Amino acid sequence: MTLLLQQLVNGIALGSIYGLVALGLTLVYGVLKIPNFAHGALYMLGAYVTFLAATVYGVPYVPAIALSVVALALVGVLIERIVFNPLRHAPHLHSMIAALGLLLFFEAGAQLVWGAGFRRLPTPFSGTVNLFGLPVVSQRLLVIGAAVAVMIGLSLFLKRTTTGAAIEAMAQDRAGALLVGIDTRRIAMLTFAISAGLAAVAASLVAPLNLISPMMGEAVNLKAFVIIILGGMGSIPGAVVGGYLLALVEVMGATYISSAFSQLIAFGVLVVVLAFRPTGLFRKGV
Amino acid sequence: MRALTTKVLWLGALLVALAFPLLSDNPYFLTVVISGFITAIAVYGLNVLVGETGQLSLAHAGFFGIGAYTAGILMVRFDLSFWLALPAAVAVTAGLGFLVGMVALRTKGDYFAIFTLAVGVMITAIIDLWEEVTGGTDGLIGVPPPTSIGPIDFTSLFSQYYLYLFCLVLTILAVRNLSRSLVGRTFLAIRNDEHLAQAIGINVGRTKRLSFTISTSLAGFAGALYAPFLGYLGPSVSGLIMMFNMLLYLMIGGAASLAGPLLGTLLLMTATQGLLAFEEYQLLILGPLLVLSIIFAPTGIAGVAEKLRLRLADRPPPPEAPPPPTSERLENPDRPHAAPHAEAGN
Repeated sequence: MTLLLQQLVNGIALGSIYGLVALGLTLVYGVLKIPNFAHGALYMLGAYVTFLAATVYGVPYVPAIALSVVALALVGVLIERIVFNPLRHAPHLHSMIAALGLLLFFEAGAQLVWGAGFRRLPTPFSGTVNLFGLPVVSQRLLVIGAAVAVMIGLSLFLKRTTTGAAIEAMAQDRAGALLVGIDTRRIAMLTFAISAGLAAVAASLVAPLNLISPMMGEAVNLKAFVIIILGGMGSIPGAVVGGYLLALVEVMGATYISSAFSQLIAFGVLVVVLAFRPTGLFRKGV
Repeated sequence: MRALTTKVLWLGALLVALAFPLLSDNPYFLTVVISGFITAIAVYGLNVLVGETGQLSLAHAGFFGIGAYTAGILMVRFDLSFWLALPAAVAVTAGLGFLVGMVALRTKGDYFAIFTLAVGVMITAIIDLWEEVTGGTDGLIGVPPPTSIGPIDFTSLFSQYYLYLFCLVLTILAVRNLSRSLVGRTFLAIRNDEHLAQAIGINVGRTKRLSFTISTSLAGFAGALYAPFLGYLGPSVSGLIMMFNMLLYLMIGGAASLAGPLLGTLLLMTATQGLLAFEEYQLLILGPLLVLSIIFAPTGIAGVAEKLRLRLADRPPPPEAPPPPTSERLENPDRPHAAPHAEAGN
């Protein structure tokens, strides 16, 4: 029973990370119709920025995360301006291929600058907490709490503010948004900034639990794609629900079946779902 | 006039290729060029699907890996001759390609790209995990070179060169005939507008599955040639970097053209040999190169060359819709071919 509860907490923590990463991916897809294969690289860069700020410059953990979010938001804006904006009117294929190029570029760059080795990010939340008799690593609770807070914050921003409404308008119809006076260029940059920022938060939160390496984004990237396909590409609730579901299935699979198998679950689920429902489980809508 | 110059160029290229081993017996150059030939075959397969049918499959390297491992396993574990392992590998990749295509092609556009990406990752993971058969991360060691036919034996690099060149020429001829046939034109019709293609009576689903199967068979064919040439296989033959390289060669060379895949593969593979010392960092240059070429020269070398040729011939380039990647020879002529088809559809 303890094992089950513990794995449940682990699953929810992992799901929070998946959810945050998938949110960023689905946002860019919903608003700009770009499947950003480089998203995993942004996640990896986010972890490295936090790591460098914390270890090299001695910034405390939480401000280091904030720093990383700002830095990655900038990277997000840059790739939108330099790569994706010029490809706006090109065939869809081209932005997908360009995103792949970016992914491998960032990975090779990280490897050149920081080496291929694994790094560990220290955290002030390294102890365990007793949660109703269940010992839980406090970093996991931080992951869950922070992720949920960020998700609620994002949804309030999208639903309650004018800028959020503008993002949603653009997701519905880019030309229409332009017609009613929305600065679509600004919204495009903002969307990429938010998306990259979310990846940075997720990576910085999970980094103390796992290790940092130039390839750390690859597996998460693929799973985030699986999640948004399952949840319906562009759907925000779909990304969150899909993130938690996939993480729970994976963690339980790893505990009760085998850990090698759990890495394949995501793709197995994807194949089965798409075989029967080629457009995902949920109807799309930001 | 134009067809003549094209023919002369191809013949010239063939002569250079035939003479190459006689001019240089440096085994290193031969190895590089042979790898280029084999990879180009796979890139031609990718071109059928991505360039001509407009479906971005990211599982192509995966099928290359399946072909390589099928041939390798049959030759190492079952002592099968290369000449039997080769068709077996092609049959396996064609069959699997057909099955995967049945599911994958139910999805469209981005979903298709992501789905095939997942398929590619699964193939690599299975190769990695199925240790008893594939050798896992240690790889499959000791794939023998092709067995000799009669007096011709393929143990020397020199004779292997001609074998692989022959396979490449065969592939180019097959692909050329395919793209000139009615089937090839239906591929283009689907790429340009799927709904329109359906409206004129093309069975879109079946045609896409055919294109996918042809594409995976060529990947498997190339893979099966790769195994005995290298003598060693690791899970990275089907990995993301292999996939990226194939896309890079295709896009830089020029998608949907006959010369593009060959040009892109040979040029870039030779150029990157200089970067071999820091193989890990090649992508620092190749990644941006791909992005730049897609932004500024989406038609690749073949497309740019075609534009220059038209300008030199003092003819304005034909007006064409910008969205799909231009394919010089395939779009303009011979409407009559499609017309009876359309009527039959109605």
